[in-house]
Amino acid sequence: MTELSIQLVNLFASFLLMLAFAMLAQRRVLTLINLYSLQGLTVVAATTVVAHMTHQEHLYYSAVLTLILKVFLIPWILHRLVKRLNVRWDVETLINIPSTMLVGIVLVVFAFNLALPISRLSSSVVPGTLGIALACVLLSFMMMIMRTKALPQVIGFLAMENALFFAATSATYGMPMVVELGIALDVLVGVFILGVFLFQIREQFESLDISHLENLKED
Amino acid sequence: MTFTRALSQVISVVTPLALAPLLLGWVNQVRAWLSNRKGPGILQPYRMLHKLFNKDSVMADTASSLFRFAPYAIFGCMLLANAIIPTLSTDLPLASAADAIALVGLLALARVFISLAAMDIGTAFGTLGARREMLVGFLAEPALLTVLFSASLNGKSTALATIVEAVVHRDFAIYPSLVFAGMAFTLVYLAENSRVPVDNPATHLELTMIHEAMILEYSGRHLALMEWAAALKLFAYSTLGIALFLPWGIGQRATPSSLLLSLPSLGLKLVVIGAVLALVETFSAKLRIFRVPEFLATSFLLGVIGMLTHILLGA
Repeated sequence: MTELSIQLVNLFASFLLMLAFAMLAQRRVLTLINLYSLQGLTVVAATTVVAHMTHQEHLYYSAVLTLILKVFLIPWILHRLVKRLNVRWDVETLINIPSTMLVGIVLVVFAFNLALPISRLSSSVVPGTLGIALACVLLSFMMMIMRTKALPQVIGFLAMENALFFAATSATYGMPMVVELGIALDVLVGVFILGVFLFQIREQFESLDISHLENLKED
Repeated sequence: MTFTRALSQVISVVTPLALAPLLLGWVNQVRAWLSNRKGPGILQPYRMLHKLFNKDSVMADTASSLFRFAPYAIFGCMLLANAIIPTLSTDLPLASAADAIALVGLLALARVFISLAAMDIGTAFGTLGARREMLVGFLAEPALLTVLFSASLNGKSTALATIVEAVVHRDFAIYPSLVFAGMAFTLVYLAENSRVPVDNPATHLELTMIHEAMILEYSGRHLALMEWAAALKLFAYSTLGIALFLPWGIGQRATPSSLLLSLPSLGLKLVVIGAVLALVETFSAKLRIFRVPEFLATSFLLGVIGMLTHILLGA
């Protein structure tokens, strides 16, 4: 039983890594949001399995919280944002997608090596997942850097938070409930604020391309 | 003893030879059904081969002996590839002769021949097809190698028979690395067999052709061999996928009876794979040729992630 649970957590971890790459390679905003939603669902599944395996009651609560917040609520808000901002176009990346993915592989190798000594010290039953979570954080970070439009950057930020949450559950069996609630609300408020922010950017520049922000004033 | 071993090796070579057109016919039939057509029946490839073998072969004036020789070389490569892959049993005399890397080399040799033959006549379409084939090939090959390396890490050997045996004998477990390798393999499978997202085997539009453009100049028995070789390639890739990822039910002794016993499970798996392939082809649109590198980069990436997760998670 525990054997199967460990395998399942490992499987979800690798699935998370794959989704991080899929988001990195994705061109369309709507698919990006759906991928984010799927990532949330994977995190929920992994959390539930860890909760079942370690008999930690509070992990169930955080799984339900994640389910409501990151699988339904935030994607719904993002969908609304896309509709109201009318930004269904293809996402532009700074360098082309195959090269981005090759850089991504390098990042994964780096993250795995970085996490190896840490996971040796860890008492968790699934030490390997820490490296994967770290890799996901770095990949989401790279997604934020590589995208020129504001909305994919917001999604990259949210994906990074997902990966951090996964790192917390798999490596340390979750944070205290208060901290988790705080982070969850932070993310929700963050999305609201960033949504308002996006409207403001568009109002000012009539585009969501953040390269406009580099100019101090109009020539 | 040696006689039964030789006999079982012969069976495992004849089986792909006989079943490959059937698999192709099945895929085409399911594709026809899915697009609400009646379809030509699953025996159509046999009829086509029969027709082509009875026709005269016409050669262009500019054709060199390479053009004449290439179909035999390609057909031979594909047949040998089928003999290497443990299709029906893991214990065969030829199975230890070549490992997974040699298999990739064999497929590459066939690709070189078909591209050279396509360029030999000097028509624009042949050259165009050859160039595209080399583009797809040089991107698909590393992806296929990473898939095979993932499987090799799992089986601790590059010999295909050993890999298959390792998977069969172990208790059932979820291997994330194999999940990744499986997804990567699916993409390579589609690209290498000139299936829909990359190429369309049923196309009549020369500008979008890859594989069809290369065999445009062939006719008669040469074309028959080319078509048969393509069917054998599809069969080889299908059985390679089965061997690496779903090997349960494979025979483990080199006796004809053991081989015949594993035939039904192989047939069942091929039926499922053919139907899934037709489904994928029906649901996906053909990619622009400039998006193909992205498609295959994804495949390569998945293969590499598979290897990395194996190293990190040890599974």
